Amino acid sequence: MISPNISAIFYLISGVLFILALRGLSSPETSRQGNFFGIIGMVIAITATFLSIGNFSSGFVYVLIFLLIGGLIGAFIAYKIPMTAMPELVAGFHSLVGLAAVFVAIAAFLNPDAFNLGTPGNIKLGSLIEMSIGAAVGAITFSGSVIAFLKLQGIMSGSPITFKGQHPLNALLLTSIIVITYLLCSTQSSDLFWILIAISFLIGFLLIIPIGGADMPVVISMLNSYSGWAAAGIGFTLENTALIITGALVGSSGAILSYIMCKGMNRSFFNVILGGFGATEQSASAGNKEQKPVKSGNAEDAAFLMKNASSVIIVPGYGMAVAQAQHALREMVDTLKKNDIKVSYAIHPVAGRMPGHMNVLLAEANVPYDEVFELEEINNDFANADVAFVIGANDVTNPVAKTDPQSPIYGMPVLDVEKCKSVLFVKRSLSPGYAGIDNDLFYRENTLMLFADAKKMTEDITKNL
Amino acid sequence: MEIDPFIFRLSIFILSIFIGYYVVWSVTPSLHTPLMSVTNAISSVIIVGAIIAGLAGNSETIFNTSSIFGFLAISLAAINIFGGFLVTQRMLAMYKKKKRDK
Repeated sequence: MISPNISAIFYLISGVLFILALRGLSSPETSRQGNFFGIIGMVIAITATFLSIGNFSSGFVYVLIFLLIGGLIGAFIAYKIPMTAMPELVAGFHSLVGLAAVFVAIAAFLNPDAFNLGTPGNIKLGSLIEMSIGAAVGAITFSGSVIAFLKLQGIMSGSPITFKGQHPLNALLLTSIIVITYLLCSTQSSDLFWILIAISFLIGFLLIIPIGGADMPVVISMLNSYSGWAAAGIGFTLENTALIITGALVGSSGAILSYIMCKGMNRSFFNVILGGFGATEQSASAGNKEQKPVKSGNAEDAAFLMKNASSVIIVPGYGMAVAQAQHALREMVDTLKKNDIKVSYAIHPVAGRMPGHMNVLLAEANVPYDEVFELEEINNDFANADVAFVIGANDVTNPVAKTDPQSPIYGMPVLDVEKCKSVLFVKRSLSPGYAGIDNDLFYRENTLMLFADAKKMTEDITKNL
Repeated sequence: MEIDPFIFRLSIFILSIFIGYYVVWSVTPSLHTPLMSVTNAISSVIIVGAIIAGLAGNSETIFNTSSIFGFLAISLAAINIFGGFLVTQRMLAMYKKKKRDK
């Protein structure tokens, strides 16, 4: 058994290693080393915990068994999961962190002696507040992530679910959380503790159902942030430095990602959270559906245009993920490169269903990461490029965002694809995108629509090159 | 009067938020997905609380309500730790630079 001071030093070391793990992600070269630091940090934290308890007699075997069960499940999932399912996986993992936080809070509430927090019915006030926060945020993270998971998986419809009185109800529930926490602290009643957790589950559920599919990047980042704050809350309860540091890191990481995603859509955080975007806009645009002329072509036309180009920019979006077209796309690009055509990829911050979604898919298809560019890096290059190949993206290319102040997406940063000499737009139909607005790009002189499944079209183009 | 240890923990917390802020802004956007999966893995260090709860029972009653929640939390956190780090590693291994011999 080691002294609390020694174990505190170990927790500090693992906290520092976690910081280095995130620091490593500043470039792909250092990232693998960073991940390794993270693993070492985790091993140190777990070992320190075992050593500080020192009592290996009673439940130790069971701890190892449960650890092994979880570890095997986790490893199995990590190896089996397809890269296209990454958003679902991350949402699922968030829910587990949330639930683990709730369980630890419950365990601490039922058996405070084990954590030096007092005795049942007489828990230290500070600790009680901390574990209430940890349990409530954890429960919100859990149920919110489950809903996000179901929406991403397609089990639940991605369209926003709204009902009358939704916002007042949420406000009421949030207020009741504070009142219950206050009552819990004064009475130490375990009933109130269960009610607190139940209401928090309900809030998480209600918070996420009104948010639509394309806002998922914000939701996932937000839940990432919540899982961090929940961990920090538990860290305060357990007086554990590693947990406090990690909670703060993860909390701010998720918050920054949500901010970046909101900025990518030119919407405020609250606008996204209050939800219902898309549902109302759709009816507004449905009225002015006049038939505008559209040029459409086939794979041969597209291949002809690209063969005669000297530079091509690819704009991938969620549709590419749905069609699993990334490998076909890379094969097409390989053929283009053989003909000495310069190819680069342009990624909008909110392309896909989570931050960095497109980058991972392209990396999976063996696209070198130095050919992939962010919006600010590449937006000026469209004017000099011959062909823009839009595959599965829509709203993020809509020039209306720059010209029409009436448009719901006005002010959103968009990729300047229309500046290319010609635009190839792969899409199943002319239907509007997620925001429910017509894409002006479809009717441009220099746009050629390719109506087909993204994967099939890409393969056909490759055959014709 | 002595300073409450809570204040020290709060200081660590606040300073860590700032560290997180600067470190995460320097993460390249193309690695945002691995960032999420690795933050997932490290926040599962909550397993230390679960282990304490699981080992809290005495030798006659290894399983009581509190320790059962602890054991369950151990499994949940372990899924995240192994799954999170391994899937991050799998993703990061895919990020490659342009081949020079082309």
